[in-house]
Amino acid sequence: MILEIQNVSRRFGGLLALDKVSFTVKENEILGLIGPNGAGKTTLFNAVNGVFPPTEGRVIFRGADMTGKPPFALAQMGMSRTHQIVRPLNELTVRENVTVGACFGREKHGLDAASKIADEVLEFVGLKDRAEMLAAKLNVAQKKRLELARALAQKPILILLDEVLAGLNEQEVAGMVAVIRKVRGQGVTIMMIEHLMHAVMNLSDRVVVLDYGAKIAEGTPAEVSANERVIEAYLGDPKVAQRFLEGG
Amino acid sequence: MNFEVLIASSIDGLTLGFVFGLMAMGLTLIFGVMKVINLGHGPFIVMGMFAVLVLSQNLGINPYVALPIVIVLGLVTGIVTYFVAVHRVINAPELTTLLATFSVNMMLIGALTILFTTSPRGLSLELPSFRAGTITVLGTRVVAVLIASLVTGALYAFLYRTHTGKSIRAVANNRAAAELMGINSSWILALSFGIGTVLAMVAGSLLATLFGFTVLSGGGLETKSFVIVVLGGLGNPTGALLGGIIIGLLESITTIFMPVSYVPVFEFVVFILILLFRPNGILGAR
Amino acid sequence: MKVLTSPSLWIVLLVVLAVALIPMIANLPALREELFVLLMLIILASSVNIIMGYTGYVSFGHIVFFGIGGYTGFFLVQTLQMHVALAALIGGGVASLIAFLMGMPVLRLRGAYFALATIGINEAFRTLVTNIDQLGGAVGMLLQFSVYDAYGGAKEASQLAYYGIILVALLTITASFMIKKSKFGLALMAIREDQDTAMVLGIDPARAKVMTYAISAFFPALAGALFFFKNGNIEPGPAFELHRSIEALVMVMLGGFGTVTGPIIGAFVYERLRGFLITDPTFSNAHLVISGALLLIIVLFVTAGVIGWLRQQSPVLRRYLE
Ligand SMILES: Nc1ncnc2c1ncn2[C@@H]1O[C@H](COP(=O)(O)OP(=O)(O)OP(=O)(O)O)[C@@H](O)[C@H]1O
Ligand SMILES: [Mg+2]
Repeated sequence: MILEIQNVSRRFGGLLALDKVSFTVKENEILGLIGPNGAGKTTLFNAVNGVFPPTEGRVIFRGADMTGKPPFALAQMGMSRTHQIVRPLNELTVRENVTVGACFGREKHGLDAASKIADEVLEFVGLKDRAEMLAAKLNVAQKKRLELARALAQKPILILLDEVLAGLNEQEVAGMVAVIRKVRGQGVTIMMIEHLMHAVMNLSDRVVVLDYGAKIAEGTPAEVSANERVIEAYLGDPKVAQRFLEGG
Repeated sequence: MNFEVLIASSIDGLTLGFVFGLMAMGLTLIFGVMKVINLGHGPFIVMGMFAVLVLSQNLGINPYVALPIVIVLGLVTGIVTYFVAVHRVINAPELTTLLATFSVNMMLIGALTILFTTSPRGLSLELPSFRAGTITVLGTRVVAVLIASLVTGALYAFLYRTHTGKSIRAVANNRAAAELMGINSSWILALSFGIGTVLAMVAGSLLATLFGFTVLSGGGLETKSFVIVVLGGLGNPTGALLGGIIIGLLESITTIFMPVSYVPVFEFVVFILILLFRPNGILGAR
Repeated sequence: MKVLTSPSLWIVLLVVLAVALIPMIANLPALREELFVLLMLIILASSVNIIMGYTGYVSFGHIVFFGIGGYTGFFLVQTLQMHVALAALIGGGVASLIAFLMGMPVLRLRGAYFALATIGINEAFRTLVTNIDQLGGAVGMLLQFSVYDAYGGAKEASQLAYYGIILVALLTITASFMIKKSKFGLALMAIREDQDTAMVLGIDPARAKVMTYAISAFFPALAGALFFFKNGNIEPGPAFELHRSIEALVMVMLGGFGTVTGPIIGAFVYERLRGFLITDPTFSNAHLVISGALLLIIVLFVTAGVIGWLRQQSPVLRRYLE
């Protein structure tokens, strides 16, 4: 068991964004996390990696209780993540952005080794020719790849991907899906939030569904797409339901 | 300890505190609306002092009658300053606006020094004093409090009762949303900068009726404004007024208990502690 | 260390050293006085740049460390007849320690709140020193002339101080370069760009910031100790002069925020310009107005500063100009 999420709740003032969520992530699996907009998926990532500590419940990562530990502690233990809304370090070059990940992530490399890793990772995600550019100058699709590259350079055990496919065209989605498969091939465990149903259903070994902050279903993609509560949750949002039915 | 001394000091502090509050409101209003710490605040205060000086000594206008002219002058100065020095960098990191307003500070102090040199000045103003027993309150102080209250009242009426005032508050609250509602934020920001300048200049004029001054008096008053503004919560005009009164009282009353020279140490330590532990000021929530 | 052999560093060090030695070789005492101030400003601006340019924390009242170093050094030299070099080092240590202790709470503040807090710290120290009789209170202290005898006389003492300030300037530049080129510096720049993201990437910002603050307090304190030793007197006003602090920020902006050479060029240009404006009969009255206008133009239109602008012009410059 890489990650155990036990009864995690998170409150923002009067809003209960996460409501006693529990599940586990197993070694080297791809776990899909889905749910309608505002369901609390990103908040769960934030609670897990320490950005907004849970108001209740525990987060056990690699056997250690990491509840409420700061994000850098989790990063150093091998949990990395991407952001749904990209957060490049604007005035640093693309290579420097990725080097930061390699320097301060799990393996804590020195500067030279780290920038070598950065080059490898940039090649892997297809940003090699942008290495010298300022991160601010990338377009959105490239910034998404930069997020992934930075997270990979941390040499994570578990990587949390928050909608890395959103906003990409069909060809770019295919490319990214291939990249995610390769990452898993390298032995990394993946938990991914995704709205793009056909992709997430194809990639995931298991899927967890959140709605209004609570877990409403968990199982294989086939089980989940047949689950009535899941369909109902998505029917509240017709557009997504449409996509869901088409894709699933 | 002498009770009457305490009363007299309190009255002194209270009256001065009102003027300090008015002065700090200028700074806090600008910060509240556009998140700019105006380092030109000190020279604006000094401009108010010299404006009444020139109007009363050279043109023979009574200092209090001159105030409306000071107000107009302040509004124009502030709006021009905004468009020249601040508008272009309004969304830049704070260092940029700090330096932009500091450049205004340099230019104004430079210009004022050329015009007036740095020698000490004062207004000669004769007003009857008020007496009760051994306690005397100077007439100039009473008038200063009245005018400070009047200006404060007018500011609140403007901010809460008029359409433009409401727009200012909307921009302060959320500029992007205000723009979506059709508010021309550039104009509102410029106007707010103008009003902040007016407050600084009127406070300067009132201070000139109370004390002697020089072109360089602004520096100390500017740091005092920082302390007051932080005490009341950055961006909170009511807090600034309260902060001004607290500082005014503090400066007059603590001198009974501790040497005058320790008062500023005390003030700045409190200032740092408030920033650390109550960054929204004594009124604000944590 | 590989960074220490970088030509980008050596060229800068050699140029500064060569210029600094001119008055000693050509025996020009007046020029030496001017260069003393210039080197001091280079130290101050470079130090401010470490915390502000690399880390993104606008330390407005950074001059406080100059004052702390100045007073500590002066006190030790005066009362314990300590050698000025040792006294300066202790002054640096005291300043770093104070920065470390105050930095822990103060560096949690962001943006304008941090800037204001540093102003408060400087004013608190200034007004506090004014009240301490052992440090001469408001009038300050005057060095007994006999103190200089230990150095072979006043002239020799002031020469020694000059060599000292050259050394400190070279050290500051080297430290600035090494930090910029190190893993530690990368962490600082990540914090500057986005502290929350830096944390997600594994950086502990609180530790990095407080260390940086302590480092950036060290060099101005050494400069302060040497400056007031050379002057033979110290007063609260000049030691904790907020205006000087702001000028240091201006120099950093002028030369180029976050670059190594920027603060050096900035200090040089600013000081030369001011010297020119003050001495030139047509401008001397208006020197503040003109400097202010120039500053405004730079802030509004050349936000990257001289070095930043040059670096934007070509990849070659970007590579060798730090
Ligand atoms: N920092 C915060 N402060 C207050 N409320 C927040 C905060 N972060 C999230 N929320 C609220 O928590 C709820 C869940 O948000 P979250 O971003 O986790 O949803 P999501 O499932 O990721 O949605 P989406 O698919 O749109 O990304 C929302 O109602 C959101 O407004
Ligand atoms: Mg989300």
